[in-house]
Amino acid sequence: MKIVLQNLTKIFPARDKKNGKETIAVSDFTFTIPDGKLVGLLGPSGCGKSTTLYMISGLQAPSGGKIFFGEDDVTELSPENRGVGLVFQNYALYPHMTVKQNILFPLQNLRGEDKLTKEQMIERAYEAARLVQIDELMERKPSELSGGQQQRVAIARALVKMPKVLLLDEPLSNLDARLRLQTREEIRRIQKETGITTIFVTHDQEEAMSISDIIVVMKLGVVQQVGAPQDVYDDPTNLFVAKFLGTPPINVFKGAVKGGKLILGESEVLDVPGVDDREVFVGIRPEGFIPDVNGALECKLNNVEVMGRDVSVVSTNEASLNPIIRSIVDSDYKIDKNDESIKFSLKPHKVFLFDVETEERIRFEV
Amino acid sequence: MTNESVKNIRIKWDGFVKKIDAFCHKIKFDSWKGWIYLSPAIVLLMIFTVWPIFNTVRYAFLEGYEGMAALSGKTFEVGFGNFEYVLGYQNFQRCLFNTIILCVLTVPISTFLALLIAVCLNSIKFLNRFLQTIYFLPYVTNSIAIGMVFAAMFNIVGYNHQNIENSVSLGIVNNVIQFFGGEPINWINMYSGYWENIWVMVIYIVWNALPFKILILLGGLQSVNKQYYDAAKIDSTPKWRVFTKITVPLLSPMIAYVVITGFIGGFKEYSSIVGIFDADMGPPGDRGRLNTMVGYIYDAINGASKQYGRASAAAIILFIIIFAVTMVNLYVSKKKTHY
Repeated sequence: MKIVLQNLTKIFPARDKKNGKETIAVSDFTFTIPDGKLVGLLGPSGCGKSTTLYMISGLQAPSGGKIFFGEDDVTELSPENRGVGLVFQNYALYPHMTVKQNILFPLQNLRGEDKLTKEQMIERAYEAARLVQIDELMERKPSELSGGQQQRVAIARALVKMPKVLLLDEPLSNLDARLRLQTREEIRRIQKETGITTIFVTHDQEEAMSISDIIVVMKLGVVQQVGAPQDVYDDPTNLFVAKFLGTPPINVFKGAVKGGKLILGESEVLDVPGVDDREVFVGIRPEGFIPDVNGALECKLNNVEVMGRDVSVVSTNEASLNPIIRSIVDSDYKIDKNDESIKFSLKPHKVFLFDVETEERIRFEV
Repeated sequence: MTNESVKNIRIKWDGFVKKIDAFCHKIKFDSWKGWIYLSPAIVLLMIFTVWPIFNTVRYAFLEGYEGMAALSGKTFEVGFGNFEYVLGYQNFQRCLFNTIILCVLTVPISTFLALLIAVCLNSIKFLNRFLQTIYFLPYVTNSIAIGMVFAAMFNIVGYNHQNIENSVSLGIVNNVIQFFGGEPINWINMYSGYWENIWVMVIYIVWNALPFKILILLGGLQSVNKQYYDAAKIDSTPKWRVFTKITVPLLSPMIAYVVITGFIGGFKEYSSIVGIFDADMGPPGDRGRLNTMVGYIYDAINGASKQYGRASAAAIILFIIIFAVTMVNLYVSKKKTHY
């Protein structure tokens, strides 16, 4: 089922009525989530991503705008009647029930024509449990499960009533690094198998990029960019998005454009045709550097970290706004750790220019 | 005192402590400091709790022990005579029956009502604080005073048996009953029935017990993670099911606590009856009809011959009953409670 958000806005009123300021958690969010896709809402904490999720679930009422599930306007519908599955950040498994009882719980609430017999319920519960591979743990209590297992129970509980929409709030935040990798693959697999339109919230860009069909980058309640992960990474619309995506993060420089040339420090480093003379912020992805003895960008070499296939070159330059410049280059380039300096030429499509005032992207022809 | 001399005292004191420390270490008593900190409490407990308990047990097993006789130097045989007397004494059986009836009726009713009120209070936002205060007021009010007000509401007239027909119709409760077209009931006056008396006591005790229970349950409710309710909402759980399947199980430790302390308090019921029926422990003309276990113990002590032996035996019987009931409670709650 496709989900349409139309000018969705949420304003929290000020606590202190006299001189407090109201908080705009989500501002004018318009977006269509295609049927059967996995969408990642991504942003730093306080950017309104969870609020958006809770508005879709119905637990929070929007201050303005509309939400459609398919063609139906569900804005005024209470969460009971929306038919969504929600996995909470800390799972909210009922601690006094076994795994089986937890998964059965939503089914036992079904009334009217949806009502199932006991056998059907058990069958459905086991089906959901098998999907997340916890059918061995059905008689345990949540307190006897590991974080990853609890998380899967929470997903099974959300899936068992076959929701039209599955919502996940920071589903991986309570897991350790290894389990996180494993579980995110699992979420992807389950989503593919069930084909349920899924929206998940995360502050971890790697997590969002790795499994989403579409990512939505948010900042302070305002959507910054929407698109396929690779597109957003390759073509950020502003400095915030460029900085937020990618590990290691993008290297940012202060530079200027003069006569169609990009100048960092003293040297002309790149042709940027079609850009007027002006001051700019320059973002260069770590993989955008090519070690080149004739390269125009000279940096002081600090360290070379060997990672096997690649090496990570740590250097400094006066024009850089980050304390260090980190570039990832192929290990075929033999770089001597003891060199004083290193020269780079740049891959044009890995270099982004941004306005100094608005931080919006300035495009040039590659 | 100069700084210098204070310093000297300190140094001397530190040396003294070190010496004790070394000595105590030698005799393997390293925790001596802890015991010294505890000593004020231990001494007081010894004098006012342990020694009386010890004596209670001793008196209970001294046949026919009487305070007056003991003062004049009489000695007593050791045996179960006091217990036999107390258990066989009809008056005691009545006290036991009254106590159990009051417990069995009031604990479930007050727990259920408290749970209902706590859930309602927790779910409203408007006047929440104000209503919490109102519900808590009986807790800080003297129970004898409450009893007197209840007595007035249920209309106690005293030994006015000439005009009993007219006077029973007085009192707010009877006025209300008459307003709705019912017959006035002789609740607590002369010639009033036993069960009428008991119901007045039940209403009074329940009302008196509510604030504490509401307080505990409300505290429990407020500590329940709101996300469970959000999760239930998402799963379209009907309200009644949320209450029985989520609220009650999550509150079960508090409910168990309230029930156990309720039974313990119930078996010690005494002052509430004094509050309504005076120290006669019954309606005019039927003295002692509503007497309880604790009432019996007081009577035995206060009697002319100071029958400490019987009072002690009764106290021990009461202890055994409370102990047994609490054990049953704990056993049941262990099975039904989620911690």
